[in-house]
Amino acid sequence: MTAPPVRHVSLRSGVYADSVRLMQVSRDVGAREGVTAVLVAMATPLNLELAGGMGLAPEGTASADQLLVGVAAVDDDALGAAVAAVDAALAARERAAGPAQTVPLRTIGAGLSALDGDGPALAVVSVPGAYAVLEAADAITAGRSVLVFSDGVPVESEVALKRAAHDAGVLVMGPDCGTAIVSGLALGFANVVRRGPVGLVAASGTGAQQVSCLLDTAGVGVSHVLGVGGRDLSEAVGGLATLDALALLDADPATERVLLVSKPPAPSVASAVAEAAAELSVPVRSAALSPEDPDLTAAVEGLLADMGVAVPEWPSRGVSRPAAPGAVLKGFYAGGTLADEAMLLAAPVLGDVRSNTPLRPELGLGTDLSASGSVVIDFGDDALTAGRAHPMIDPTLRLEALARVAASGEPAVVLMDVVLGHGADPDPAATLAPALRAAGLPAVVALVGTEADPQGWSRQADALAAAGAAVHASNAQATRHALDLLGAAR
Amino acid sequence: MTLPSMDLLSGTPAVVAAGVDVFSAALRAQGADVQDVDWRPPGFGDPADLATLALDRRRAAANRTAVERVMAAGSHLVDVRPARDVLGLGDRTLLHAGPPIGWDDASGPLRGALIGACLFEGWGSSVEDAERLLSSGGVALDPCHHRRAVGPMAGVTSPSMWTWVLEDPVTGGQAFCNLNEGLGKVLRMGAYGDEVLTRLAWMRDVLGPVLQAAVRSMAEPLDVKAVLAQMLQMGDEGHNRNRAGSLMTLRELSPAIVEVDAPSSDVAAVLRFIGGNEHFFLNLGMPTAKLAMDAARDVPGSTMVTVMSRNGTEFGIRTAGTGDRWFTGPANTPVGLFLGDYGPDDANPDIGDSAIMETYGVGGFTMAAAPAIVRFVGGTVPDALATTERMYQLTLAENPAMQVPILGFRGSPTGIDVLAVARTGWLPQINTGMAGRVAGTGQVGAGLVQPPQECFEQALEALAREARTAA
Repeated sequence: MTAPPVRHVSLRSGVYADSVRLMQVSRDVGAREGVTAVLVAMATPLNLELAGGMGLAPEGTASADQLLVGVAAVDDDALGAAVAAVDAALAARERAAGPAQTVPLRTIGAGLSALDGDGPALAVVSVPGAYAVLEAADAITAGRSVLVFSDGVPVESEVALKRAAHDAGVLVMGPDCGTAIVSGLALGFANVVRRGPVGLVAASGTGAQQVSCLLDTAGVGVSHVLGVGGRDLSEAVGGLATLDALALLDADPATERVLLVSKPPAPSVASAVAEAAAELSVPVRSAALSPEDPDLTAAVEGLLADMGVAVPEWPSRGVSRPAAPGAVLKGFYAGGTLADEAMLLAAPVLGDVRSNTPLRPELGLGTDLSASGSVVIDFGDDALTAGRAHPMIDPTLRLEALARVAASGEPAVVLMDVVLGHGADPDPAATLAPALRAAGLPAVVALVGTEADPQGWSRQADALAAAGAAVHASNAQATRHALDLLGAAR
Repeated sequence: MTLPSMDLLSGTPAVVAAGVDVFSAALRAQGADVQDVDWRPPGFGDPADLATLALDRRRAAANRTAVERVMAAGSHLVDVRPARDVLGLGDRTLLHAGPPIGWDDASGPLRGALIGACLFEGWGSSVEDAERLLSSGGVALDPCHHRRAVGPMAGVTSPSMWTWVLEDPVTGGQAFCNLNEGLGKVLRMGAYGDEVLTRLAWMRDVLGPVLQAAVRSMAEPLDVKAVLAQMLQMGDEGHNRNRAGSLMTLRELSPAIVEVDAPSSDVAAVLRFIGGNEHFFLNLGMPTAKLAMDAARDVPGSTMVTVMSRNGTEFGIRTAGTGDRWFTGPANTPVGLFLGDYGPDDANPDIGDSAIMETYGVGGFTMAAAPAIVRFVGGTVPDALATTERMYQLTLAENPAMQVPILGFRGSPTGIDVLAVARTGWLPQINTGMAGRVAGTGQVGAGLVQPPQECFEQALEALAREARTAA
């Protein structure tokens, strides 16, 4: 090391600073222009040795409670400025601590641990399907129930999650099921319905919405709506969540009756669930769709009869234009269960109905979804929602399909569902009414909702009726209305 | 305890939501108590591996078991003995920090410490001699961790060095660590000059025997875990800052030391040596953490990290669910402040078994207890608090024995979860000393460092493979 031209070495008594702080001061002053070496440190034997190595050893004896300030610089000006900088740095107060940093919560596990209090809590997961299982597993580990909106969850992951939940005494709702109402709190796609004695277990999102809205219209409220996922009653999942949800509602003091809503279940699972239901103290009625029981509205009417409640006239508005001779049915649905119901009701009248979610595999459609004759398309199917919002939020695909039918010249009656409530399009009629008007086709709309929904049932119904559609609160009635129009044109 | 499920229907639930905002907005519109999670895709890991671990039916219980063992472990100072006797060190065997490594791959400070140890043991008469012996494989090298031991920095432990003997009163398990030499030019930092060897000889001939007699004479063994717990209330974090802990240890040992039958000049020298070394406690804290983490070894299905350790070249970790396997990656170089005129170019990559402190949930994990440390990287007090807050999201539990006053006496974040590291993409925070990269230099500074992500990537893959095999 070349000897610096000027240096300052001093020992100061009665000054103490933390070694970390002193190392900071040394580094900061050492970075100044013209400074060649700095050591600001308590005069411990180690530091005195370091000072010696740097040519900054103090004269005489030093003790460890003294502060050693050693600076070497290229000239007097730089040296004076550097020593002043040491003094200023030692005198400076730590800069104000500032507001506490908030560390983002990255996982459901972290979010659940951050909850205050130990009241009821649940997790809601709508991250991409490949990762939903990680977040849902966090909830189960924390002893909390979880609603999984995400689609694209592998069926084996669903089974594993539901088994783990069962073992932990919690419930997995979903996946791929947008509906739940827990103690009056609507999660995801759900309608504003009154509270009451009927508990719903739903392996079908829009099916549960249809049923809860019709009950509300009849003046009957729900205790809870537990959506268990569209696959829960399949062979693979075996009704794991349905069985747990039934047990929960059985033990719930607010629930007096249970209605089980689902798409057509696997027969073996349906019988296992029926057996389990028969063991419960709460009466359970099934609204599982099948060719024998094709009608959710009829199931609701049966429940009302059980309860001794009069069946009201289900609301409807508007008049459709008549169908042209040779017309076929074109069903464009957002709700899978509602699409199934329409096909089950139409098949005996129209014969085979083609679909992307067909009643029998041989009735399937190609990827372009086009076919002449009667067709019902479920736009909420996983294959059509990949990379885009659900048709209950984003109407684009359905409106395009409507325009294509109108342009094709094939005589048709259009049958559609419009589902209102939390999470859904805030004003579906705003885009659908002009599209219906432009299409100029006879149209029937199943409008699922309540007056209390943010969109308001009547407001939406009036707008759609004004566009020339016949509007029904019941999907079964809407479907029959469409079939009547087709029949009259034969 | 009521069934959580019944809890679900017992009243309007609070909601924790991850994913699409519109659902949370609808919940808030209904007046619900909603906690949104700032979710991101996982930082690393094959989605299938992550799902396998998340769904491994053994995981929750296995991690609970691992955590319970860590929490339950105690640490009593029961003896001080030569390494030869307690670590099974035959002639010509040296222990070192970190995962296994040979002379050829050893960094400067590890080589320096190995050379110094050979000279200290008299296996070589000169530096060249010792280098020749080491490079020809004439000395067997083995990680401290393979012998229930730990060593700070280079961690080099030779047969004639004295070691602390700590015992877990719960399991009877033992852990060992050599004695701390102080700061500056010391063997563990890679220095091997005369002053280093002279000090080591004094430690062998005076310090070790005095400490042994003192410790053996104590009616009640020193509860080292209790000292560690108290330090966190006194501005220490137990890794880079051990001032209060060292003073408490001095206080506890002094009466016994004074009563040892030894020349008063030796007793005074011992007391002066301990009082002058603010890291004296570190070598007691480390085996305390080691005892706890060893208690959690071999818990099939557990994704908890049981060892983080560095040899100056590689960083290695082990997990409770993967037995004795090491998962390694190139060690990072710490960022921090330097002694004297040393600078970043002088620093060796990360070295030492001392990251066992963070593995146990203190050190960098309790940065909030010792805000002074965060200034090594120019940080502020809020940075220190945020560091600890972040570590809570990487860990399985909070250790009620190790409380952080400024966080409302919240327990330290304990038990690093490999799955949580992958999901957050955040790496454990480690506080550390810095050794000079050239053999013989000694300490050049202190600072902060993180493990390489690769260790955790490998561990995740191995844990997932094990889970599939077990399923």
